[in-house]
Amino acid sequence: MACAETCKRPFTYSLGTLDTVTAPVTTREAPSPDGAVVQLDGVSVAYGKNRALKTVSARFAYGAVGLLGPNGAGKSTMLKALLGFIKPTEGRMSVLGLDVAERPLEIRSRIGYMPESDSHIPGMNAVSFVGYCGQLAGLPAVDAMQRAHEVLYYVGLGEARYRNVETYSTGMKQRIKLAQALVHDPDLLFLDEPTNGMDPKGRDEMLALVRDLGHNKNVSLILSSHLLPDVEYVCDDVVVMDKGQIAAQGPIAELKGPAGRVFELRVKGNLPAFVEVLREAGMECHSTDEDVMRVFVPAEVARRSVAGIPGPIGSDQRAIFALATKHAVQVRHLRPSVPTLEDVFAKAVGEE
Amino acid sequence: MLTCDVLTCHVLHVTATETMPIHDQSYRRYAGTRAALGRSWIVIAWAGIRNMIRKRAFIGLMLFAWVPFIVRAVQIYIASNFPQAQMLAPDAKMFRDFLEQQDFFVFVTTIYVGAGLIANDRRANALQIYLSKPLLRAEYIAGKAAVLFTFLILVTWVPALLLLFLQVMFAGSFTFVKANLFLFPAITVGAVLQALLATLTMLALSSLSNSSRYVGILYAGIIFFTKAIYGAMYAITGNSGWAWMSVTDNLSQVVDVVFRIPAQCATCTPRFAMPWIVSLLVVLGLMTLAISILERRVRGVEIVT
Repeated sequence: MACAETCKRPFTYSLGTLDTVTAPVTTREAPSPDGAVVQLDGVSVAYGKNRALKTVSARFAYGAVGLLGPNGAGKSTMLKALLGFIKPTEGRMSVLGLDVAERPLEIRSRIGYMPESDSHIPGMNAVSFVGYCGQLAGLPAVDAMQRAHEVLYYVGLGEARYRNVETYSTGMKQRIKLAQALVHDPDLLFLDEPTNGMDPKGRDEMLALVRDLGHNKNVSLILSSHLLPDVEYVCDDVVVMDKGQIAAQGPIAELKGPAGRVFELRVKGNLPAFVEVLREAGMECHSTDEDVMRVFVPAEVARRSVAGIPGPIGSDQRAIFALATKHAVQVRHLRPSVPTLEDVFAKAVGEE
Repeated sequence: MLTCDVLTCHVLHVTATETMPIHDQSYRRYAGTRAALGRSWIVIAWAGIRNMIRKRAFIGLMLFAWVPFIVRAVQIYIASNFPQAQMLAPDAKMFRDFLEQQDFFVFVTTIYVGAGLIANDRRANALQIYLSKPLLRAEYIAGKAAVLFTFLILVTWVPALLLLFLQVMFAGSFTFVKANLFLFPAITVGAVLQALLATLTMLALSSLSNSSRYVGILYAGIIFFTKAIYGAMYAITGNSGWAWMSVTDNLSQVVDVVFRIPAQCATCTPRFAMPWIVSLLVVLGLMTLAISILERRVRGVEIVT
């Protein structure tokens, strides 16, 4: 298909905003020496007698951090406390190195908040709404309107920007909530369940946008969600919450354990001798109650073949097979399983 | 350099090694200026005013609210130019009467403009959007109040002052103004009290509900119900001291004092048999109650315990 036809409109747009194409991305410094954008020290929040946060201490690193937990775990409460909507009964919070209790306005001028529920300013079309939000955040009217157009294009609402927000579909409402959170160019984004109510395609697009913001646009973000795949796709770090407490926190890769794969293995032959062979090859073996054992093949072991030559993808299975062949052991069952964020989450909240 | 496939169109940076969809590049960091904190209420007020003046029905209401002004202007003109019509000559009470005439328009404007000011934001969950921006709750309330207050001033203080100005113009002298120097502050204080009470009461009611219609009915109900209660008590006891139960009568009593009535009017007697200070306390109490309701209701998150 001729490019002149297929690409006419996007290309025209890119020429129209050439400065946006060539403008360098501003490099932002980490707000505190240890790179934490948000820090909570012993924070408790109570709704009457119900304690929503129980002496929570957490640290959100610079970049994309997931705030994971089941419904009612206290994720939204934590975000609202950080925004200053709710006063904690005890503890101290800082955002971007600023104390939440002492400098809430400065903090709010540097963060963007995408609420969980449908929210808009009534009686406005999309571009007026987003521009208005920009003005509320301190941008001059002209700049706010220009950025409103830009962010609406960015979130995929360019064609619908003159429609009244009240006529938007659920997916479009999610996008415009992201646009209003972005319009004033925040250093940190609080995204509360950004994919709620979206169809699979819209969800993928929203996650791609959020991931892009966190990884390419230099915007730190906290993604609150109960959807593990969303967090795993977008974030590098995670804070797992359960019943108002922190259940686990840290880089996802670290929480998932060392890189490698776990196999369920059942063999026929001299089992104790084969276990020794596997251990000598650098693999970890754990027997289970049944005759199936779990074998962990570290990534570095998987990457080299038995002969010491780096192997391709799937070489971990082949390494086990090669050892079995060499030691005359018959492999009866071999099923791989990769540790996922789901495992981390289940372990953190004490699920089987 | 531009490269395309069937689904997407990419711009290839000369120096970059990867292609980027064009939409990705529409987001850029903002390097412009930002207003100092504490000015967001002006943005809110201006947006609210613009929103109202876009409505034809509202413009019609505003024009209608100025009809009494035109009538009074004609009265002043005739009194100034025709000696035979001296009975129409303006006095301090005429200005007080004018403000009282505007009560109806204050009532209608308050319901039309004010009912949805916070209720609509509550319905659309807009409060969390507003309060996630760098503005205080007080700024939000001030912005919303400024919308209604502006229009109420436009139907009370502005025409009343214009009448005073017209009197000077038509008479060609400052004699009347010099003889009634208290009129300018009296008009100002009276109109501001009227507008402030209506604004705060309506905003407080608007913060209690998600439905502007319900809020409008509630406001009208409070005005008429308190008046009716006073009417009933007066009918039973024959004592106008019960007027403290009526919102509008308390305000009338206070504004009368501001305009030095009955001191300015030999034939006038106090409207109600109660000390004006009681009325003032009721008015101030209502304002305090309204502010207290607003303080509790305007929050980024609604806490139900």
